[in-house]
Amino acid sequence: MGMTEQAPADIRPGRLGKAEIVANFSEMHPPLSRPEALIEADRCYFCFDAPCTTACPTGIDVPGFIQKIRSDNVRGSAQTILSENIMGGMCSRVCPTEVLCEQVCVRNTLEDRPVRIGLLQRYATDSIIENGLQLFQRKESTGKRIAVVGAGPASLSCAHRLASLGHRVTVFNRDEKPGGLNEYGIAAYKTVDDFAQKEVDYILEIGSIDVRNGASLGVDFSLADLRKEYDAVFLGFGMAGVNDLSLGNGLAKGVIDAVEYISRLRQAADKSELPVGRKVLVIGGGMTAIDVAVQSKFLGAEEVTIAYRRGAQQMGASRLEQEHALTSGVCIRHWLAPERLLLSAGRLSAVRFEHTHLNSSGKLQGSGEYCELDADIVFTAIGQRVLWDTLGDTAKLLELAQARIAVDENRKTSLPDVWAGGDCVDGGEDLTVSAVQDGKLAAIDIDRYLRRIMDVGE
Amino acid sequence: MANLSSEFLGIKSPNPFWLASAPPTDKAYNVNRAFEAGWGGAVWKTLGEDPPIVNVSGPRYGVSYGNDRRVSGFNNIELITDRPLGVNLAEMRQVKRDWSDRALVASVMLPMEEASWARYVPMIEDTGVDAFELNLGCPHGMSERGMGAAVGQVPEYIQRATEGCKKYACIPVIVKLTPNVADILPPARAARAGGADAVSLINTVNSIMRVDYDTLSMYPATDGMGSHGGYCGPGVKPIALHMIAEIARSRDTADLPISGIGGITDWRDAVDHLALGAANVQVCTAVMVYGFKIIDDLRDGLNNFLDEKGMSAVSELVGKAVPSVTDWQYLNLNHIEKASINQDLCISCGRCHLVCEDVSHQAITCEVNGERCFEVIDEACVGCNLCVSICPVEGCMTMKQLSSGTDPRTGQAIVNEKADWTTHPNNPMRGK
Repeated sequence: MGMTEQAPADIRPGRLGKAEIVANFSEMHPPLSRPEALIEADRCYFCFDAPCTTACPTGIDVPGFIQKIRSDNVRGSAQTILSENIMGGMCSRVCPTEVLCEQVCVRNTLEDRPVRIGLLQRYATDSIIENGLQLFQRKESTGKRIAVVGAGPASLSCAHRLASLGHRVTVFNRDEKPGGLNEYGIAAYKTVDDFAQKEVDYILEIGSIDVRNGASLGVDFSLADLRKEYDAVFLGFGMAGVNDLSLGNGLAKGVIDAVEYISRLRQAADKSELPVGRKVLVIGGGMTAIDVAVQSKFLGAEEVTIAYRRGAQQMGASRLEQEHALTSGVCIRHWLAPERLLLSAGRLSAVRFEHTHLNSSGKLQGSGEYCELDADIVFTAIGQRVLWDTLGDTAKLLELAQARIAVDENRKTSLPDVWAGGDCVDGGEDLTVSAVQDGKLAAIDIDRYLRRIMDVGE
Repeated sequence: MANLSSEFLGIKSPNPFWLASAPPTDKAYNVNRAFEAGWGGAVWKTLGEDPPIVNVSGPRYGVSYGNDRRVSGFNNIELITDRPLGVNLAEMRQVKRDWSDRALVASVMLPMEEASWARYVPMIEDTGVDAFELNLGCPHGMSERGMGAAVGQVPEYIQRATEGCKKYACIPVIVKLTPNVADILPPARAARAGGADAVSLINTVNSIMRVDYDTLSMYPATDGMGSHGGYCGPGVKPIALHMIAEIARSRDTADLPISGIGGITDWRDAVDHLALGAANVQVCTAVMVYGFKIIDDLRDGLNNFLDEKGMSAVSELVGKAVPSVTDWQYLNLNHIEKASINQDLCISCGRCHLVCEDVSHQAITCEVNGERCFEVIDEACVGCNLCVSICPVEGCMTMKQLSSGTDPRTGQAIVNEKADWTTHPNNPMRGK
């Protein structure tokens, strides 16, 4: 951070008082109280072939679990949720329900106000996980061993299902703590009180899951090693790489990878110690862009602007997320593509953008007009990718699609004993809930595969 | 504005809404508050012989409710008044003096001996009350002592009690009936035979609310033990309406004035009671839950309704629906209705399909041309009204009459003349 000769940019911690920062990072959507949950549950119509269930990537029986909340059968409700989605607790916090289950709630037609499915799901699952009430147990041991690479939602979902089916699982986690993006990638105000770790503990409590932290594929072991040593392998290593701006000088001081910053924020015990700029510019249009922008504002940045090269409709962040940013005081500028970083004495001072629009054939095009936005910090949030060069021979062994792993509907790769899921596979929705589903489907298929082998063996 | 003033057995009150004999009319303090709020009359909490009974000092009430704790049913084990007779009589005298335009009725429960009627009836009448109401319905406690429902369940006793009271009373006598009988008509006939000027019904229904899920003992309980109570509130209205209509439409009881009681919470409930034959109504549970102020809605809701119907007085509404009540055997079997779904209002919840598929006649689609769509299949619809009843959107599903052509379900031509079970070829009793 040696900046001696030039005037330092205005980046510092403690822009707001400690108490104000703590209040800003309190929970975005507080949980429902018991009376609220009972009344909300009463609003569910218990639809036939419920659209909410169809819209849920993990296919949770939504009317079923709401019916059970209504009758005060909270344990049964949690069982209904968690048996389809073992991370139902985290999903109830981070799922963009406004574009999933709640978007298709028939109440929208009647009164433009869906049943608050996400908060009900949280009501049911919180009481179980907070009270450590274990609802799952392992089937009789099969003696089969599976290696799971990664410890994010896809991997832990897979590991839990495999363990419950009687298999032994070893999870190889490159991070210090398990949880993946649940632990390192989600905005702090969406999951408070260390919920991610509580959920991980609940998942691991089933037993037969051995987690090895700080163990990286491509460094400590190879895919070939795993295939040799284990009966099956599941890959859920996510996307460790972030796309850079490709503006030539992307490494200038003051340009920060949003994913890395969000992770630091999540891990910081005292958020008032995190430095933030007076003027913050975020480049991108997804959830990561929203999360880093809102959190910068919460840390006390005066001006936070998200610049996105397309319009509001095309943003990866849902409308509700966008509204949340706007009401938090973030400015969203559309149709601006970054053209050049402007430096002052080697340090970022502004970004030059070109105005964009869609041409007659629907392609994004620069208009030739330019503008400059001042910034002490630029957060880049323009997508992530799998860092294949760090994963050893993995890419060579697997069929890829769009630079991610190609899988079939059972999340099986081109190798007969390797499955994959989560952000590292092609065709997903990049949501926690779809990662959980990937892990679940893979585990079910792995179980089928292993039992077939056992049958033949006997 | 319609005229809400009411005359029941010659007793005038500014509106047809009386408070039933129950906890809300326990003493002058409460009754004064009720009259200040605008109630038309009150039936004082049942008087008995001295020394007064005693109540438990544990829970007297239990309720059933929905998830927002809105009360749907109510149960009580409170007995008749637990205050000395003299105290009640003095207060009644004062209240009647202070509120001469309101109806004040004395509810009484006395041993089945002529001496007690002879002694107490004139004493109570002397307070200036407008009428007696014989409590022959209280289902708990008092019935164990041979009073209340123990009398009301035996027509012969009803008649004797009515005669006893009538013999010594100069003012009208209303007999309050218990619903805890197989058929309400014998008690009504007995009251009439005993000389009753009117009947009031229903009293509460024998009930236990639930168990305590922790202790697995009945709830509510006093020191671990419970005793059945009387059920009332919205849940009992249909039971009351049936019994009222039976009395109103039976030849030998039709001329007996009825004071309707049972589940009246808002003005629509009152309309039900009045149209099915009650000449006025009594309320208890609703004020137990919401207080006396509900009289505002009862009064102007009924008033607005009468105005909309072009009726100038409550009396025009009384009994209006009675001719529409009949026995099943007289229902027109040639009348064909089919459910119909207004697709513009349908929110596609599919509940109609679900219930028709599971429990009825498989007469609603869930898909049309591969799309989620709910439509009635006339070929299968028997017109049962289940889907219309459970549809969450008001007005989306309706019943439509087929008045010409053939019924697609039976293939039979629609016949416009009425034909009922009495003439149906399948009826083995036909023509007998």
